[in-house]
Amino acid sequence: MLQIDNLTMRYPTGDLALDDVSVAVERGQVIALIGPSGAGKSTLIRCVNRLVQPSAGAIRLGGEDIVKMGVGDLRRARRRMGMIFQEYALVERLSVMENVLSGQLGYVGFWRSLLRRFPQPAVDEAFRLLGRVGLDHMVDKRADALSGGQRQRVGIARALIQNPDILLVDEPTASLDPKTSRQIMRLIVELCHERGLAAIINIHDVPLAMMFVERIVGLRAGRIVYDGPPKGLTDQRLTEIYGEEDWSGTRAEDDEDEPPAHRKVAAAVGPPELQKAAGA
Amino acid sequence: MPVIEAGDHRVWRRRDRAEQLRNWLIWLVGTALFIVCWRFISERTIWIFVLDAPQQAWDMAVRMSNPPMGYFNRILQPMWDTVNMATIGTLIAIAIATPVAFLAASNTTPSVYFVRPVALAIIVTSRSINALIWALLLVLVVGPGLLAGIIAIALRSIGFIGKLLYEAIEEIDETQVEAIRATGAQPTQVLSYGIWPQVLPAFAGISVYRWDINIREATILGLVGAGGIGVQLQASVNSLAWGQVSVIFMAILVTVVFSEWVSAKVRHAVL
Repeated sequence: MLQIDNLTMRYPTGDLALDDVSVAVERGQVIALIGPSGAGKSTLIRCVNRLVQPSAGAIRLGGEDIVKMGVGDLRRARRRMGMIFQEYALVERLSVMENVLSGQLGYVGFWRSLLRRFPQPAVDEAFRLLGRVGLDHMVDKRADALSGGQRQRVGIARALIQNPDILLVDEPTASLDPKTSRQIMRLIVELCHERGLAAIINIHDVPLAMMFVERIVGLRAGRIVYDGPPKGLTDQRLTEIYGEEDWSGTRAEDDEDEPPAHRKVAAAVGPPELQKAAGA
Repeated sequence: MPVIEAGDHRVWRRRDRAEQLRNWLIWLVGTALFIVCWRFISERTIWIFVLDAPQQAWDMAVRMSNPPMGYFNRILQPMWDTVNMATIGTLIAIAIATPVAFLAASNTTPSVYFVRPVALAIIVTSRSINALIWALLLVLVVGPGLLAGIIAIALRSIGFIGKLLYEAIEEIDETQVEAIRATGAQPTQVLSYGIWPQVLPAFAGISVYRWDINIREATILGLVGAGGIGVQLQASVNSLAWGQVSVIFMAILVTVVFSEWVSAKVRHAVL
């Protein structure tokens, strides 16, 4: 569904961030993008919704090439891509509800959005999503009054209210503690399965990525050096991506009886269970 | 390096010898300059006038004491005019300075090479001329009275508000703006959702701060005929009615304290 072909990005400073990258993401597929800092992970997902303009290559979400789109088409294409940020990127001085509804801006005219007169179906959906991420009691709080995990939940709701086809997720857990990180990753993966959403998740935490996703893409210096299931990520592969290091203990020790978490999440997708899993 | 090897231990000093010498030299030159300037001022001062300054000050204080409180009723209207002059002038300035600030801020300007220099020029021109001088010119152009004062205050405040506001706009967190842009929002929506909430506290703070300054400035614009309490002040000084002058001073003091209180409240409310 998302087709990235020969994407190259060279910053005006001369740094080559992406070097001829090609990836295809299928509908409903959640992939983790791993690699050392500066490998081009952030640049890659920012190219997809063109927060940065790639130097060469093509990106297709369904149909037209995003790289060549005009302003209006680009705005319409961005509505179909929800983005989740490392530092949450909520508008700190707006309320939780306003932040969630800002995900609807692509669908609502300027004056309606200025006067906060969002269409009732959008407001209903916002309440539903806030309930789903476990924040229905926080609707009127200002974003800067929330904890890190709560902010990221608002960020997730803001991305989902766009009703996107794909989520672009940039280091969702890098500012969170280990427990919250797992909850947030689980929530993102669950929601993707629930809605048949594809996702590209940039992530530093390799064990966490291996726990939750079915496909991992490894980037090094702007090139793809691994693309396959978490199982295939051997010590040798990790060395190829990150450089020489003792990798023992990185992979969840191959416990064959225990199905990986992403499969458990997929199996558990049924509304009542989800309500419970989403709590905490 | 200010670390000196001294046998088995290393001595650390804040400055090494050359730096120390230079430091002393700077102090020496500074002191010499001060003495020279002092002599220069002293030679041009008529010391006989200065010597009886305490006497003169006391005389004036005596003449200003026992103010005619009945005069207070007659300055209520001019005082009210003064406050209005400051308020309307500030509002006009806000209306003009806000768009100018967005055009001047490097992250919101539509064109770095054409629009931004124009906006910056407007800000600098407005800032470089004091409200009193604007008033002096405007009294000649639009005639004496409140209108000249209002325009003078507005012209001076555009630069002040514009400069502080565009600096605040340049300091916003760009990722919040990116997040709004990533939803497919139009540029106007990015402005109202991503940028405006971030600069709102600065905007409110700057506006009331300028209003506060303008009330004080408005009290003197009357000296050049631009309306307000300054007209009465000048008339009283010219007619040596020192009692009236002290009533005016008290009225100004009360008004300024009031405006300080209002601006503190507003800033507190917005933060």
